[in-house]
Amino acid sequence: MQKYSIMSLARQALNGHRGWQPAWREAEPKRRYQVIVIGGGGHGLATAYYLARVHGITDVAVIEKGWIGGGNTGRNTTIVRSNYLWDASAALYEKSLQLWEGLSQDLNYNVMFSQRGVLNLGHTLQDMRDIRRRVNANRLNGIDGEVLDTQGVKRLVPFINTSPDARYPVLGASWQPRAGIARHDAVAWAYARAADALGVDIIENCEVTGIRRDSGRVTGVETSRGLIEADRVGAVVSGHAGVLADMAGFRLPLESHPLQALVSEPLKPILDTVVMSNAVHVYVSQSDKGELVIGAGIDAYTGYGNRGSFRTLEEFLAALIELYPIFSRLRMLRHWGGIVDTAPDASPIIGRTPVDGLFFNVGWGTGGFKATPGSGWVFAHTLATGQPHDINAPFSLERFHSGALVDEHGAAAVAH
Amino acid sequence: MSTVPRPWRTDMLTIHCPWCGPRDETEFSYGGEADIARPAAPDGLSDAAWADYLFMRTNPKGWHCEQWNHAHGCRRWFKAERHTVTYEIRVTWPMHREQP
Repeated sequence: MQKYSIMSLARQALNGHRGWQPAWREAEPKRRYQVIVIGGGGHGLATAYYLARVHGITDVAVIEKGWIGGGNTGRNTTIVRSNYLWDASAALYEKSLQLWEGLSQDLNYNVMFSQRGVLNLGHTLQDMRDIRRRVNANRLNGIDGEVLDTQGVKRLVPFINTSPDARYPVLGASWQPRAGIARHDAVAWAYARAADALGVDIIENCEVTGIRRDSGRVTGVETSRGLIEADRVGAVVSGHAGVLADMAGFRLPLESHPLQALVSEPLKPILDTVVMSNAVHVYVSQSDKGELVIGAGIDAYTGYGNRGSFRTLEEFLAALIELYPIFSRLRMLRHWGGIVDTAPDASPIIGRTPVDGLFFNVGWGTGGFKATPGSGWVFAHTLATGQPHDINAPFSLERFHSGALVDEHGAAAVAH
Repeated sequence: MSTVPRPWRTDMLTIHCPWCGPRDETEFSYGGEADIARPAAPDGLSDAAWADYLFMRTNPKGWHCEQWNHAHGCRRWFKAERHTVTYEIRVTWPMHREQP
C-alpha cells in the first residue's frame, strides 16, 4: 500500500502527480473464501478490515452490487455522536466514537473527523426533562455531555431563533462536545484501502441473487458474477435487508423507508457545530466546502424509491426557516433520498440468524453512519468467533422473541 | 410534452379515498402492512410465533397491500395496493370488502 504522508505528497507533486496508485485492487471473485461480507458500504468494509487486522482472517471477500460508497454511506448527513440513553446503545456508539478519534491515523487516510460538538434542541418542558435524564445517563456511562439553557444555545449558534413566541421555542439543548462530523466518502475509501492492503478482496458490481444453504447451514452466495462459496457469510446491508432475509428464508422485524437530505449553495463559515432537533425533525451542519447539510425525518410510508417525498421536504424546510430565519433565501443545490431499514425499537440487529453460518448486521435505521467503526469492530468479532461480542449481544434478532428491546426511539427521543 | 415515460412521480401522491375520491397525500396517515391477523388463541402461542405476529414484516420491494386512514377527511380506514418502488397506487378499497 502506498503510504500517504506529507513526504509522499511532496514527492508526487514534483512528479506531476503521475505516480499515485489506485487505493484498492480490482479483485476477481475466487471460487471460495473463508468469510464473505455482503455489502461494500462503510460498515461492511470496516467489518472486513477488523476481521483482517484484529482477528487475522484475511481470506475475505467484500461483495458490493454497485460501487464502493455508492449506497447510504454516501447519502447520510455525516453526524457522529454517542449520547444515547440506554447502556447497551451507549456502549455500542461510544466504542464507535472512540475508534473515530483515532481513525485517520489508524487507516493512514484523512477521514476529516471534526469534533465540533452536537446540540440536540429541546422545545418543550418534557423535551428538557428527557434531555436532563439522557445527559445524566450519558455521564454515568462516561460519555461527555452538558445541559444548556436558551442562552447557552445562543452562545454557540448566535443566529438561531430563540424568540419565546416561536412555534417551537428553544428552551435548551443537550451538548456533546466530542461529537461532530466526518467525510463520509473518505471513510468508505479508507476502510476499502486498508482492508485491501491486508489481503481482502473487494469485488464491486457483484449483486447477490441467492443464498446457498445445505441442511440449515450457509454454503455460499449466488451472485451476478457466479457462485462464491464460503464458511461464513455476513450481510451488512441497508435498504435491502428484508430482500436478503427473504433469500435465506426468514423474515425480519424491519420496514424500509426513504430518508432524505439536501445540500445548499456554499456559504462563508457561519455554523461551527451541528444542531439537531428531534421535535421538528431537522438537523443541520456546515461542510468544509461551506454548504449547509440538512437532514430530515423518514417518510411515513415504506418505500425503496431512493427519493424523499415532497410532503416531508416541505415540513422540514418550514422547520429550518422557523429555527433559522437567516437561511430563508438560501438556494438548495442537491436533494436525495436513501433507503433505511428501521426496527420497531430503532436499534440495529447484529448477530446470528436462523441459518447457521449466516450473520446479519442490519436495521441501523436513520443513524448508521456514526456507528461505522464500532459496527465493523463488533461484527468482525461475531464473524470470527461465531459469537456476539459483549457489546452487540443485546442487539440480537432473538430480542424480538424475548421482549428485551433496546427502545432508543421512544425512551431517548433523540433523532438517529 | 415529453414522450419519455417518468419512471416515478416526483410530486405529492394523490390517494383515492374509497369514500371521498382523489385527495392529496397530506390528508392521509399511513397504517402499515395490511392483513396482519391477531392470533385467535394468544395464550397457546410460542414466543417466536408471538414475535412473528407483533414485529415481523413482509417489507416487499414491489406491490404491497397496506392500510391508510383519511385522517383529515372522512377519518375512515381503507386498504391500498401500492408499489414500493414507483409508489403507484393501483387500487384502494374499503376495509371490510375483499380486494377488487
